[in-house]
Amino acid sequence: MSDTHAHSVAFVRMETIPQSAPPLAAAGPVRWGKDNLFATPANALLTIASLVVIYFILAATVPWILNGVWNAGSLSECREILQGTSGACFAVLTERWPQLLFGFQYPSEAYWRPTLAFVLMLVALAPVLFFDLPRKLLIITALFPFVAYWLIWGGTIWAPILALVGFIVGYLVYAKFVNRSFAVGFFGGIAAAFVVWALSGYIVPALTPEETLLSSVPSRDLGGYMLNMMLGVTCVSLSVPLGIVLALGRQSSMPLIKWVCVIFIEFIRGVPLITLLFVASVMLAFLFPPDQTVDLFIRVVIMITMFSSAYIAEVIRGGLAALPKGQYEAADSLGLDYAQAMRLIILPQALKISIPGIVNIAVGLFKDTTLVSVISMFDILGMIRGPILASTDWNGLYWELFLFACVVFFVVCYSISQYSQWLERRLATDHR
Amino acid sequence: MADTAQMKVSDQVAISIQNMNKWYGAFHVLRDIDLTVYQGERIVICGPSGSGKSTLIRCINALEEHQKGSIEVDGTLLSSDLKNIDKIRSEVGMCFQHFNLFPHLSILENLTLAPIWVRKTPKKEAEEVAMHYLEKVKIPDQANKYPGQLSGGQQQRVAIARSLCMKPRIMLFDEPTSALDPEMIKEVLDTMIELAEEGMTMLCVTHEMGFARQVANRVIFMDEGQIVEQNEPEEFFNNPQSPRTQLFLSQILGH
Repeated sequence: MSDTHAHSVAFVRMETIPQSAPPLAAAGPVRWGKDNLFATPANALLTIASLVVIYFILAATVPWILNGVWNAGSLSECREILQGTSGACFAVLTERWPQLLFGFQYPSEAYWRPTLAFVLMLVALAPVLFFDLPRKLLIITALFPFVAYWLIWGGTIWAPILALVGFIVGYLVYAKFVNRSFAVGFFGGIAAAFVVWALSGYIVPALTPEETLLSSVPSRDLGGYMLNMMLGVTCVSLSVPLGIVLALGRQSSMPLIKWVCVIFIEFIRGVPLITLLFVASVMLAFLFPPDQTVDLFIRVVIMITMFSSAYIAEVIRGGLAALPKGQYEAADSLGLDYAQAMRLIILPQALKISIPGIVNIAVGLFKDTTLVSVISMFDILGMIRGPILASTDWNGLYWELFLFACVVFFVVCYSISQYSQWLERRLATDHR
Repeated sequence: MADTAQMKVSDQVAISIQNMNKWYGAFHVLRDIDLTVYQGERIVICGPSGSGKSTLIRCINALEEHQKGSIEVDGTLLSSDLKNIDKIRSEVGMCFQHFNLFPHLSILENLTLAPIWVRKTPKKEAEEVAMHYLEKVKIPDQANKYPGQLSGGQQQRVAIARSLCMKPRIMLFDEPTSALDPEMIKEVLDTMIELAEEGMTMLCVTHEMGFARQVANRVIFMDEGQIVEQNEPEEFFNNPQSPRTQLFLSQILGH
């Protein structure tokens, strides 16, 4: 074997080659454009065609928006100002702003009340959404529904207070008896809460003075985007816990619980939401005695919550099924009981897997709240299609109004989506 | 080496299994199992796959239900009573082939979870105990990492420490080294040997015959859901009686 050959096989490097910048043609914006926009002739053609389309869309919309009229009393006034040039008539938004937000029957001197409730909602949501915040803030979250009810509906303050008392009594009874048996505590707590609420049905009217601090607003006067927000927030926050219960119930080894959950989920999923809403608005009235009706708002909340909780239950069931069996076994082998294993081990992981699905349904639910406009509730869409477009001033003005509706829904839905992505990153601890 | 195996075991019964049978549907997985484990005893269970050895130890902490016969752990009879089951589970530690650490919790939280929620230990005390056992398995510096950041061997040692934090009287090992690289098997076995030397009652399903020779008081060979042969390790390996055992040993020791 020759020396040269031996040299070419054995090799020792004594120093490291220093890092250097890539040649200009291989990096930077020029390279990026060449790779992504003009890689092949066909690619280049598509790029140019797309640019042309984008140009035409912008050429049509940008002047229309920039040239928009923000102050006018009616559509004809708008047209006078524009004098035939292309331009949007955003004046309808300015003029009907309170109606779009609060509906056309909500007393205008009370607009500050739902606005304050909205701000409080952001505060109350913060500790739920961002769990790095101190846990004590959850007290605000717990109190928020009662405060918000009082602010929005007004009337006597004793109604929300006694409702709260009912929950507290129920919890105390639960805490007292839960050590004996979970079922005794759970059903005892529920029974106690109902006793308090039944009693307060008699107490509240007696306590109600002639003039209440906040004037009472009936549910049928609620409207506008406020109604969408109220339905969306209430139904999402109710349907997630209900969905969890249904998902766990469907996995239960007790046949009765299992079949109740299965039938509920399958029935609700097989029925269109709009049908349920018609049931809520028309049919349920037949089921109650004439003097005892349940508020339309509550009926709608019940229906939407049932609807979305059935879907959420199925998403969470997917999350539960995705967990390795070993997680259940490890929790069991450490002596954790069912509730502890679910709360500490199984649900945190299953819910994390289910986040995209749950968010998907939450976003869908929020948009579906516009369906209440077909049962003559005046949410933002109901307002646009009803009182605003029907008025002689604004008849025939579609683009601006529906664009506005799109924007307000997009803002909320996109925020939810961004939040969920942040949440997924924040919870990524498994380093897979 | 030999003196660990000959360490005197007490005559106090830790686990007593009598005439236990189990079926998966119509399939008879465990047939007439009789086994008495004394406190401080270290038993290695081996056998071909599908012989029911994992199922046997999983019956002891009720991860699997048995349909006939009785299992008594530390004087508590295993029945369908959930209170009894939870009591037995908190006395019996278990390590799994795939570790089954909780990936959403840090190592320290993995260790303190059960003491805090099942034993109602104060958090601070539970953390001290957890750190003690992490030092014992030689990875105290990983306490604040997540399971996904650890190697397989480290994860299995954490899993052992997690069980130990409950101060169990009995430890069950279900093929603890089968999912590990050869290099990592040793670190886990070392931990188990240390545990054995401290007098822990152990039941190990494993194919680590070196471990069995060094640590076990008794080796059990199972096939087709039955205990075929049991003996002291020296006798078991040097002088197996049943032809099935001879075949099995020749196959696993043959290369």
